[in-house]
Amino acid sequence: MRKRKEAVKALFFILPSFLGVCLFWVVPYLDVIRRSFFSAVSGEFTGIKNYQTIFGNQAFRLAASNTLRFFCVCIPILVALSLLVAVLLSREQRNLQLKKSLFLLPMAIPVASVVLLWKLLFHSQGLLNHLLSLISVKGVDWMNTKASFGVLIISYLWRNLGYDVVLWAAGISGIPQSLYDAAKVDGAGEWMCFRKITMPNLMGSLFTIVVLSLLNGFKVFREAYLVAGDYPQQDMYLLQHLLNNWYRDLALDKMAAAAVVTGMMIMLLILALQKAWAREE
Amino acid sequence: MKKIMSGLLWILALIFVFPVVFLFTGSITGNLELKELIGPVLGNGGGYASWKLFPMYPTLKSYVELLIDTPGFFVMLWNSVRIVTGVLAGQLLVGVPAAWGLARFRFPFRKTVFTIYIALMMMPFQVMMLSNYLVLDRLGLLDTLAGIILPAVFSTFPVFIMYRFFAGLPEALMESARLDGAGELMIFWKIGIPLGSPGVISAMILGFLEYWNLLEQPMAFLKTKELWPLSLFLPGISMEQAGAAFAASAVVLFPALMVFLAGQDYLEQGIISTAVKE
Repeated sequence: MRKRKEAVKALFFILPSFLGVCLFWVVPYLDVIRRSFFSAVSGEFTGIKNYQTIFGNQAFRLAASNTLRFFCVCIPILVALSLLVAVLLSREQRNLQLKKSLFLLPMAIPVASVVLLWKLLFHSQGLLNHLLSLISVKGVDWMNTKASFGVLIISYLWRNLGYDVVLWAAGISGIPQSLYDAAKVDGAGEWMCFRKITMPNLMGSLFTIVVLSLLNGFKVFREAYLVAGDYPQQDMYLLQHLLNNWYRDLALDKMAAAAVVTGMMIMLLILALQKAWAREE
Repeated sequence: MKKIMSGLLWILALIFVFPVVFLFTGSITGNLELKELIGPVLGNGGGYASWKLFPMYPTLKSYVELLIDTPGFFVMLWNSVRIVTGVLAGQLLVGVPAAWGLARFRFPFRKTVFTIYIALMMMPFQVMMLSNYLVLDRLGLLDTLAGIILPAVFSTFPVFIMYRFFAGLPEALMESARLDGAGELMIFWKIGIPLGSPGVISAMILGFLEYWNLLEQPMAFLKTKELWPLSLFLPGISMEQAGAAFAASAVVLFPALMVFLAGQDYLEQGIISTAVKE
């Protein structure tokens, strides 16, 4: 009886939100899953034909492999670099908060404001190449060669480093100082302390940080799109560009199949995340 | 060694804030000087574009030009403000109670609801783009600001953040309030909201930064230019109007910067709360 009463009370709080979530997100997504098995033109059931189409589609393959490559390159760099910065920050006594703010700031800067800078920075006669020429390195045409992939990486690292630093810093501050003190008494050096105390204690944070970095990674499209438009140099052509272009062409069946495939991949990741959380407990 | 590391950290940190300095300098540099500096990028002459930390002749002309000669800018600014306030107000109204309900009550299918919320919060826009389009089309909300605001109101991300904070409150507090005869609404209002306010503020700050920056949705769903938010103004401006572009960039940046500086502690708490395990 009490249980039922509690459920009624809970319903009262949750229902408005839940109805809205169903109306705007859940139901339409289910509809998309349904549509992915039908032809958009004739409305006939076509089984997995849409899926076959997109996997055979060259643009899809290019975009998917670029996206995959982007994540495989960027996430390890971001995770390692942010850990390094967080560890160094944790040993600073002065100006700690100020430095953390400086690293976090990019996350607050609207994409629209950076576009101009990116255009000036990465132009073949732009500021970055100017800087490189000062140290006698020959610049590259960032926007029109393979180097465009580097633009993605720089954008991503710049915007997300602070986010990950904050997450690592939270993990580091949870490690009791007494562990380090005891290790120092036993004569352990800095590197030893990092390997034997810091690293093992942060393993729990690692997985979450990787997943959050991945999800934030999809937003790199904003910079890429605003700087380079619908059809950028092919090394920075991501799944996001492709979906955007399919949307413009109203290729609904292809979009539906691609949305389902990408959605499922992310769902699998979340399940893995929950498993990891459960194991921690 | 320690000194060197600390120095390197400073350098890296300064590289990270360079864009802000860059934009403000650009916005107070006169058009002539600006053209000279970035000429090579505009296609005038060889060599490289260059930059100064401080302009030779600082001027506010670009701002004046932007604010007086570009009426479209105001319309877009106003649209951005409407979108952000609409979304945040809606999230407060619907999201806060939902977070409270999920955090403080046990009921059947709670776990399922929670999983749905987490899954949705993690989906990038491109995955949901088609479903979003379909529902807006069905409801006749395409090409309206409501079509941008309503789906965002029911975003599950703020619910998740506030949930984390509400779930951390001690149950004993609610029990004793119940014994004193307080109803659930009363408890929510008088205990939950005040004690959970850091979570609510965190969610609002993260929300502000996100929706001030909104790009994909307006680009996909708004055809009428008069409805566009600021984030779509700058991509449309040509490099020839560099001065105005810099001033516009600075104006877009300013509110986000203020919110960031004022709410940094909450922002950090909010970020951390997304990672703490359930």
